Amino acid sequence: MMSHLPALQVVVPLLSAPICVLLGRGRFAYGFTLAISWVAFVISGLLLQAVVQGGAISYQLGGWAPPWGIELRVDLVNAYVLLIVSAIGALVMTYAKPSVDREIGAEQEYLFYTGYLLCLAGLLGVTITGDAFNIFVFFEVSSLASYMLISLGPNRRALTASFNYLIFGTIGATFFLIGVGLLYQMTGTLNIADLAERVAPLTGTRTVQAAFVFMVVGLALKAALFPLHAWLPNSYAYAPSVVTIFLAATATKVSIYVLIRTIFTIFGVEFSFGTMSLGPLLFILAIAAMLLGSTVAIFQDDIKRMLAWSSVAQIGYMVLGLAFATVNGVAGGILHLFNHALIKAALFMAMGCVFYRMGSVRIEAMAGIGKRMPWTTAAFVAGGLALIGVPLTTGFVSKWYLLLASVESGMWWIALFILISSLLAIIYVWRVVEAAYFMPSPDGAPEGEAPLLMLIPTWVLIIANVYFGMDTRVSVGVAVDAAKALLGGGS
Amino acid sequence: MEWPGLYNYWIAIFLMMAGLYIVIAQQNLIKKMVGLSVFQASVFILYITMGKVTGGTAPIIIPGDDVLYSNPLPHVLILTAIVVGVATLALGLAIIVRIYEAYGSIEEDDIEKEEENAR
Repeated sequence: MMSHLPALQVVVPLLSAPICVLLGRGRFAYGFTLAISWVAFVISGLLLQAVVQGGAISYQLGGWAPPWGIELRVDLVNAYVLLIVSAIGALVMTYAKPSVDREIGAEQEYLFYTGYLLCLAGLLGVTITGDAFNIFVFFEVSSLASYMLISLGPNRRALTASFNYLIFGTIGATFFLIGVGLLYQMTGTLNIADLAERVAPLTGTRTVQAAFVFMVVGLALKAALFPLHAWLPNSYAYAPSVVTIFLAATATKVSIYVLIRTIFTIFGVEFSFGTMSLGPLLFILAIAAMLLGSTVAIFQDDIKRMLAWSSVAQIGYMVLGLAFATVNGVAGGILHLFNHALIKAALFMAMGCVFYRMGSVRIEAMAGIGKRMPWTTAAFVAGGLALIGVPLTTGFVSKWYLLLASVESGMWWIALFILISSLLAIIYVWRVVEAAYFMPSPDGAPEGEAPLLMLIPTWVLIIANVYFGMDTRVSVGVAVDAAKALLGGGS
Repeated sequence: MEWPGLYNYWIAIFLMMAGLYIVIAQQNLIKKMVGLSVFQASVFILYITMGKVTGGTAPIIIPGDDVLYSNPLPHVLILTAIVVGVATLALGLAIIVRIYEAYGSIEEDDIEKEEENAR
């Protein structure tokens, strides 16, 4: 049983999806999905423990030895990504019931949960697999499910948002597929570890260089890196609350993880940053994302949309860390990947609570909400502080490492941009705070807090944000070890 | 290399660019999906092409030592990708049906106009 954990991590949610359809309408679908989410979380916890104690795990699907068979490979980097994805999944499902009841018709609920399970299975699959083609397949499993989930949003604009995401997402995944194909053509292998070895002597060839470009552009599209972020704001703004929480915290993070794998493990630092000079390009795009994302966020009246634009900026931070290609920089990027998942999930959960009570997340609906929904608003403020990067929160830890990397690399002016983007974050978080605490409630505004079932997961995430902001031993230790492994070639 | 060299790659690249252009240039959502399918199909051809070994036969074991086989793996991979492509097309068209129900049009301009009027 224990030795099959890597396979179970993906197979359990994947097979649960059709079972969930069979359960049909009624209460069972939700309970079942909730249970499976927690099972996935427990499995990823056990996997992490096994990796920390015994080093990387290689699992051969069907007993076919790699590089011929498909290998599932868990090391320090993706064990943590698995944990964060499944932890967010478990918390989101705990939170989901009241929100889903309100936003999605009772007839469609079991299909909604099915879509969620498929999306979870896809994301876990992308993270755990050691096979490049497998990454594409699982990407599409999760993406197709997420297009469906987004289209269930209450506003009809959710449909066009979902369609745009479908177009962009498919182009991104297909670009990745082209890159994988070109690599296979040159090396005759699809196993990531095997690819890494065989690509090294071929880096002078045009085909490998083209493969690199295709894969990086495709993944940048999937990760919504500026200027390929066009699909993200509408998708997050119009999706049902639960979907926004889950996708914002996991989907783009998993894409960034695959980007890390591609740049550092498959192609190696020397090729990516030497031959292909990826560094300057990533710096420019990351800084543009940080400044543009934060600036546009200030002018949004829909708070979910505002947070979505802020996500564009935060993805800039993660990529900025990668662009340094130093231990502190990459560690900062990986840290921000974890931290931002916690921060954005908490903030979108707070918005889900507001929507539950108010039926809107526009800034007008926030007027006076601090008095009527004190716990929700307090959670939003705490999450906002973490987003800005106030000390004692997670946001500070990752930004600190990015600052460290920029000073270390002699590019202190980048620190300036990090600072400017954080100041812009203060402005857009403040707009909500101002409305919530300093504006009077309109007459007849709905009273009362969100249900406890929604508040508890929100606060669990807020407490996690503060905890990992103060006790940085675990998170920083892992990120630095992971960065060293990635930069040292291989993992 | 003689002109046209490995002409199947030229075909794949032409289809790829044509498909991508249709996706970007067309206003009609169904035409966009058609473009996307052409784009994906070009990648299928790219994969199938790379599996072909000149003079190679189908990879079914034939007695004898000097039999040359084509590489079956890219073909198998692309079977999976075709399934993904079909699923994407089906989902895309399903969403278009819903968009038509909600807006009464599948032209991007009309949808934008409709959305502005509703504001």
